[in-house]
Amino acid sequence: MQWETVIGLEIHAQLATKSKIFSGASTAFGAAPNTQACNVDLGMPGVLPVLNKEAVRMAVTFGVAIDAEIGQRSVFARKNYFYPDLPKGYQISQFELPIVGKGEVDIELDDGFCKPVGVTRAHLEEDAGKSLHEDFHGMTGVDLNRAGTPLLEIVSEPDMRSAKEAVAYAKKIHQIVQYLGICDGNMQEGSFRCDANVSVRPLGGPLGTRAELKNLNSFRFLERAINIEVERQIDLIEAGGAVVQETRLYDADKDETRSMRSKEEANDYRYFPDPDLLPVELDADLIETIRSAMPELPDAKRLRFAEVYGLSEYDAAVLTASKDLAEYFEQVAKVAGDAKLAANWVMGELSGSLNKAGLDLSESPLSAETLGGMLLRIVDKTISGKIAKQVFEAMWAGEGEADQIIEAKGLKQITDTGAIEAVVDGVLEANPEQVANYRSADEKKRPKMLGFFVGQVMKQSKGKANPQQVNELLLKKL
Amino acid sequence: MHNKTISELALGLRVGDFTSVELTRSYLDRVSKFNNELNSYITVCEESALQSAEIADRRIRAGEAEPLLGIPIAHKDIFCTEGVKTSCGSKMLDNFIAPYDAHVVSLFNQSGAVMLGKTNMDEFAMGSSNENSYYGPVHNPWKLEAVPGGSSGGSASAVAAGLCVAATGTDTGGSIRQPAAFCGITGLKPTYGRVSRYGMIAFASSLDQGGPMTRTAEDAAAMLQVMAGFDPRDSTSADQPVPDYMAGLGNDLSGLRIGVPKEYLGGGLDADIEASIQLALAEYTRMGAELVEISLPNTQLGVPTYYVVAPAECSSNLSRFDGVRYGYRCSDPKDLEDLYKRSRGEGFGPEVKRRIMIGTYALSAGYYDAYYLKAQKIRHLISDDFREAFKKVDVIMGPTAPSTAFGIGEKSDDPVTMYLSDIYTIAVNLAGLPGMSIPVKPVGGMPVGLQLIGNYFEEAKLLNVAHRLQQETDWHSATPAGFE
Repeated sequence: MQWETVIGLEIHAQLATKSKIFSGASTAFGAAPNTQACNVDLGMPGVLPVLNKEAVRMAVTFGVAIDAEIGQRSVFARKNYFYPDLPKGYQISQFELPIVGKGEVDIELDDGFCKPVGVTRAHLEEDAGKSLHEDFHGMTGVDLNRAGTPLLEIVSEPDMRSAKEAVAYAKKIHQIVQYLGICDGNMQEGSFRCDANVSVRPLGGPLGTRAELKNLNSFRFLERAINIEVERQIDLIEAGGAVVQETRLYDADKDETRSMRSKEEANDYRYFPDPDLLPVELDADLIETIRSAMPELPDAKRLRFAEVYGLSEYDAAVLTASKDLAEYFEQVAKVAGDAKLAANWVMGELSGSLNKAGLDLSESPLSAETLGGMLLRIVDKTISGKIAKQVFEAMWAGEGEADQIIEAKGLKQITDTGAIEAVVDGVLEANPEQVANYRSADEKKRPKMLGFFVGQVMKQSKGKANPQQVNELLLKKL
Repeated sequence: MHNKTISELALGLRVGDFTSVELTRSYLDRVSKFNNELNSYITVCEESALQSAEIADRRIRAGEAEPLLGIPIAHKDIFCTEGVKTSCGSKMLDNFIAPYDAHVVSLFNQSGAVMLGKTNMDEFAMGSSNENSYYGPVHNPWKLEAVPGGSSGGSASAVAAGLCVAATGTDTGGSIRQPAAFCGITGLKPTYGRVSRYGMIAFASSLDQGGPMTRTAEDAAAMLQVMAGFDPRDSTSADQPVPDYMAGLGNDLSGLRIGVPKEYLGGGLDADIEASIQLALAEYTRMGAELVEISLPNTQLGVPTYYVVAPAECSSNLSRFDGVRYGYRCSDPKDLEDLYKRSRGEGFGPEVKRRIMIGTYALSAGYYDAYYLKAQKIRHLISDDFREAFKKVDVIMGPTAPSTAFGIGEKSDDPVTMYLSDIYTIAVNLAGLPGMSIPVKPVGGMPVGLQLIGNYFEEAKLLNVAHRLQQETDWHSATPAGFE
């Protein structure tokens, strides 16, 4: 039988507000346990929530970016359940009237095609704290620093048909929220979390029973977990069994998913509108203001890069993968005055060096201005591309700007025809045999043989001779 | 001294007849003399009260003349008070020292009022008799075997017996007005949103409202002046200007249209209570007011609607009392579930558990539409009844409670009869309107309350209407025997 996979994702993006969604406590990551939890976050008797307007603005920004319906009136609801890291015994979330309604994003597939994926809704909610099970000798510690951190839960339609599509969609949302500056996208710190609803069905048949996969804290795990879950479900059905609706935890070490809780044990969350909070009424002006201040989004930027800078589709996609990279590239291109050259160096030498050093672009020892300044010297022929690699390494090592390094190391390209001619003459004189061979050789073989002379000239000039002039002179003299 | 009003006492303090320390001392003496038999206070703050009084005396000598400066008051133990036990009448919070002041408490602190202590109440404000307190029942100073009403029964009996000048209370379904009626004092539940709920331990968030409990309407005006106002920490607090309540007290009542709901008078109402109410209404017509018969057709739906909405909200509001961070925790929990079950099972009393269960049921999948949603719809109908009525009248009047204070133990086995004692007060909370209870002619030696209901944010009008009656009659100045 031919099986079809059906996937929907629930993504929790932590909004990059300075304070929590319903209190004034800081949202900064990494503080000592329970030092960033005020009376409201601790669920003290008598405290009340007050909505952070910045979280609302960020949610609306996301809605506008994916061209979604914006709920002019949205309502906060209580999701009731007991857990030690949930101080009030309920989570303030949105249920019937979310702030962002139906929208859509396009994902690019390997075959170059675009596929629209529906976003069912996105709603605001508060995060819970963290239960810490290690180091407490049979007890559990609770850290409420994270309690009350604003989250935007983005729920997709079950539109994805493979793990690859799911990853492409997750990456797309990741890219959008980062572009909008509403989420830092840090998956290790839990700022961007994915849960996947996965089911299989005979091709074109009715939807199968789904399992919800949790603990997918990287795109690689997301893909892996879906693939092994699909395999598990198909094996199960083909062996005559049935998939049960349940939550399954992905264990990266064992490379398996295992049952956390089944639907029978699931809570009745007893949602009802939170009487402590008024409905959020958005006025049309706010939405318009957000719309007009919308930054350029990844798709638009990618198209512009291809069109304005003449980059290939692939290069444009790579360079717009993150807003930081795109901005870095544009600055390099501006300083150097040559976009293709800038693209090659950013994607090649720079990315390679960052990878090797395990650094993020934001930690790069080279500013866009520094790199662009060096490329400018290639453009104005002060150095050759080959010498530039030497200069790049020196800059990377912190030896200064390109011009200083070129000067200090005497790397300036020799463009004086007379000086190059002298070296060329010397090389031809020292290798009469090769000269004779070249002259008697077949036209077709000559270009290859020319390489020998070029190499010798470059070696003698310590790489500084302008390669183009060397070529021209050699051809003339041979 | 304990029979004087706030303005009389404030004058005495200013002219130097007595100091705040002397005044506070005399109230503390009365508390230590009478609290054993009344059980009005859960916590008495002798030391800090005398300290506040000293500070108030210094401010008075420096020429400050805030209306409540140096006046000894008490707070219902539902308001969080920093550094002071805040029990909410429950074993669950018997060990709870609040880490912050409720908005209302800090307003009174700023006004220079002296906090004598925290008053007894039904556990988590759930009750109409004050029999549901972990700290034992409160006694009615008019008759010690009778209940003081609830849930603000401690505040009501303390004011009536002269164990404080005035007190705060909270009213979710009548919890200020009904005990005010039972104890023969003045009680005002303001419009929902008029007084900040920040730091007031939540029972039913969409109904809870704090207000003053006093000897006179004039005192209530002085207290409300301090309590009322917008608080950015409470999203349901109203950003509306606060009028000068004292300034409105002299207004003439001629032409005042008083609506008398036919559903409130006649029918099943006790004839003696009805006579008392009619006597007060006659007094108003004598002052130039006009009586208009009105109808509030959904009156009988108030109690059942309330007993879905309030328990639903409380079932969620009380989830935070789980034995994890503060409050009561059972000994030796075996695991998490055991910790929850026994901490809550042992920490909450029977009425609280009953309401949590009712509310949990009403919000459950499959029942939500039939109970909670339907109740919310009826709530709109009830509000509409009042909206219609206020097109024709300025204020609505009727009894506060269907009977005078009943005996301790008399209704405690029958929750439904107990719930029905709030039939006249509950609709006001469901609609979010301001309501007031003032003493009228007693029946059988026990106080009777006249309920005044106003339109939204018309507390000033209610206070004036109440004050005028108290200028013309002396029902409000009666003092229970033994507490003169």
